[in-house]
Amino acid sequence: MTAYLVSILIFASIYGFVALGLNIQWGLTGLINLGQVAFFAAGAYCAALATRAGLPFLLALVLAALISGALGAAVALFTPRLREDYLAIVTLGFSEFVRLIFLNEKWLAGGPDGIAGVPRPSTVPGLNSETSFLAIAAGLLAVAFWFSQRLARYPIGRTLRAIREDETVVASIGKSTLSYKTLAFVLGAALAGIGGALFASYLTYISPDMFGPNVSIYVLAAVLLGRQGSTLGTLAGTAVVALLLEGTRLLKDFITVVDGVQLAALRLMALGLALMVIVAIRYRPGRRA
Amino acid sequence: MSNLLEIAGLNKRFGGLRAVDRCDLLVREGSITGLIGPNGAGKTTLFSIISGFIKPDSGQILFGGQRIDSLSAYQVAQRGLRRTFQIPRELREMSVLENLMLVPGGQFGDRILSVLLPGARVGQEERANEAAAREVLEMVGLAEKADIGAARLSGGQKKLLELARCLMSRPRLMLLDEPTAGVNPTLIRHLMKVMQKVHASGITLLIIEHNMNVIMELCERVVVLDRGHVIAAGAPAEIQRNRQVLDAYLGGVDA
Repeated sequence: MTAYLVSILIFASIYGFVALGLNIQWGLTGLINLGQVAFFAAGAYCAALATRAGLPFLLALVLAALISGALGAAVALFTPRLREDYLAIVTLGFSEFVRLIFLNEKWLAGGPDGIAGVPRPSTVPGLNSETSFLAIAAGLLAVAFWFSQRLARYPIGRTLRAIREDETVVASIGKSTLSYKTLAFVLGAALAGIGGALFASYLTYISPDMFGPNVSIYVLAAVLLGRQGSTLGTLAGTAVVALLLEGTRLLKDFITVVDGVQLAALRLMALGLALMVIVAIRYRPGRRA
Repeated sequence: MSNLLEIAGLNKRFGGLRAVDRCDLLVREGSITGLIGPNGAGKTTLFSIISGFIKPDSGQILFGGQRIDSLSAYQVAQRGLRRTFQIPRELREMSVLENLMLVPGGQFGDRILSVLLPGARVGQEERANEAAAREVLEMVGLAEKADIGAARLSGGQKKLLELARCLMSRPRLMLLDEPTAGVNPTLIRHLMKVMQKVHASGITLLIIEHNMNVIMELCERVVVLDRGHVIAAGAPAEIQRNRQVLDAYLGGVDA
């Protein structure tokens, strides 16, 4: 039971990075990214290959952030105006493109078999393998949280919020919206990359089927649940989503009227219901979000 | 006096419509110039082209002697040419003060590096920034509204905020798009005083305006645009007597 709780917390921390990243892009800057999983996957594969090649864990993390960030920059520059609907479609397509590359290019990353035997970081003294990993993931997440919080409150965050509200105004006061949007996109992608690196290292095995579009949607749900733009809310939203998706597995010991498959469907229904309730309450007509 | 803005042979077509048609226009440094014309004459389109939001098909625009017609909007703004919008575009989720504190260029706190470094420098910068913003709000008469949400301003106050945001950067040239449209007469008096103060502080103004009283009182020179082409330019009193101008406004056939 405790082990299971620790595992949920680790997943929540990992997805916390991905959600914080999306919160910078979408929550703060208004860039709708439906392909956040692409940067998560890139970080995971990058870290898996790097650590298996013998690089230390920390260096692999940095490398994952850099690679995912660079990929984010490429997407940003290929959709130069980064307008809402186009961006949503381009990012969604891009994430599938990335997954299909990992699936089909066997020489690169094992194809459908994925990569096994990804090493974990060395254990924190006095803790077992699982709690040690939780300590590392949560500690890193705290740093990412601090960074996100500061970003949102600093003048640069004010400029990003202004872009979310009205790009034309930001251009009219002499600021290059394209460079700010690219920056936000790169930061968000890099955070997702770090999350991916932790993911690969925690599971010690990754394969392309782990990086479907549903991951992007779960993360989107987390940011939405936690009130778009709020850093603390994003983490709370991630915790709720992790609990709904993972925690409800525990229920199968207590609920016997439905079988496992039905329960899995119910979990998604619970997430959908939670989203609908939140949206219905928060975005009532005449009430400001 | 020298010309701060020189437009020569400017053209812009939207499909079959010549929105701006062989337009020539001069704005003298230190002047208040009025831009008038019937609805649909292309005044706002011309503003959007000058400020870099729309690219012209041909022709050139010189600002302070340098070509700006191929620059992006933010680059034009950086050179000290700023515009307001006819329908105010206040940032509704921010306070009035934040709307202005956003403006100054080259803020250290606007760079990603600042987020990773100790906060003292940004704090200092923000205090100076806030003082400057409050000063501008004082000047336009919005000081008491500084800390409320911009969405809660009245229509007229939003016009003032639009002006204040433009003023915050101390531009060389301000393009004001119908600053008094939809504003009550008392506030119009106030707005005119503000514009005169702005002008007295050394900023050149080009104003699109329909209210002839405002034009007559403020402008030393008026340019008349009709179907994208300048049909007359001169002192306000001359323009009022100009046959061609009257025809354009009253919908007469071409002179």
